[in-house]
Amino acid sequence: MNTTHSILLVAVVAGVTVTLRFLPFLIFRGDHRTPAVVQYLGRVLPYAIMGMLVVYCLKNVTPLSCPYALPEGIAAAVVVLLHLWRRNTLLSIVCGTAVYILLIQFVFS
Amino acid sequence: MKQTCRTAFMHSLPVMAGYIVLGIGFGLIAEENGYGILWALAMSLFIYAGSMQYVAVSLLTSGASLLSAALTTLMVNARHLFYGLSMIEPYRNAGKTKPYLIFALTDETYSLVCSGKAPEGVDFHRYSFLVSLFHHIYWITGSVIGAAVGTLLPFGTAGVEFAMTALFITVFVEQWKSTKNHLPAIIGVLASGICLIVFGPDNFLIPSMAAISCALIIGRRWMDIPGETEDNA
Repeated sequence: MNTTHSILLVAVVAGVTVTLRFLPFLIFRGDHRTPAVVQYLGRVLPYAIMGMLVVYCLKNVTPLSCPYALPEGIAAAVVVLLHLWRRNTLLSIVCGTAVYILLIQFVFS
Repeated sequence: MKQTCRTAFMHSLPVMAGYIVLGIGFGLIAEENGYGILWALAMSLFIYAGSMQYVAVSLLTSGASLLSAALTTLMVNARHLFYGLSMIEPYRNAGKTKPYLIFALTDETYSLVCSGKAPEGVDFHRYSFLVSLFHHIYWITGSVIGAAVGTLLPFGTAGVEFAMTALFITVFVEQWKSTKNHLPAIIGVLASGICLIVFGPDNFLIPSMAAISCALIIGRRWMDIPGETEDNA
């Protein structure tokens, strides 16, 4: 492994990541009014993206083979139900994660 | 300020658990592949993108070209464009901390600030800055621990990474309850679910983003309800 190449590679990954993060702000900056359609997207995207992130986190589950997405499904259901009931983010996350850990380490291990 | 600090810290706790564990995982993998503490520290400080750093280690060890590293980063991190788009207005007058707020806008930080509102009695921009900073510190701390002593940890942390999934689910539920118009949320889940089935787990993010954008723009007349979005964004 060549150290210079490695340093450059890390710099490239960092550079592209930071560019992606800054790009929307650079394109629509200053006092110009952001186009209405972009403002609209800015308002509705959070709802859609959070759905996409949930799917992204569950992308490697295998509903058609053992353990049939059961650990993820049960733990996710615990989070949703608990959250609807108490609306306490920390509580929902801690309990859901604890259930998931128990399931994969002891029940479906 | 003290109050803001406390509130930001309390809200960052779930991410603390997730980031330290995922950070340890990253540091451990980096170390095992010959990239020790300094590398893990530098990557977590400057790249600061969880899943991409895992990918970066495999790019490094496989001796990937700079071009393929750039393209891979583009594919994996393109979703950050969306985060920026929806934070343009909330971060518009963020002042001196704005560059850092943008730099540190990870999935998890986004999930805490995307409502554009801070918890009651707290300044939104200060709150966002502290949440971003705390998350960054957790991530760096985890990576350094992983690179330094990861191999000494007893196994038994398997599954803790579900904290991130659980965080996104709670935000999803919160958002669902905050609005009467559930179409955007349904589109997000359906479009990415279908793309996952069609394109597979490694290539579905970009098609999902394209599908979501198209569906949101085509369906604008049913989703852009004036009056509601202002209060519930």
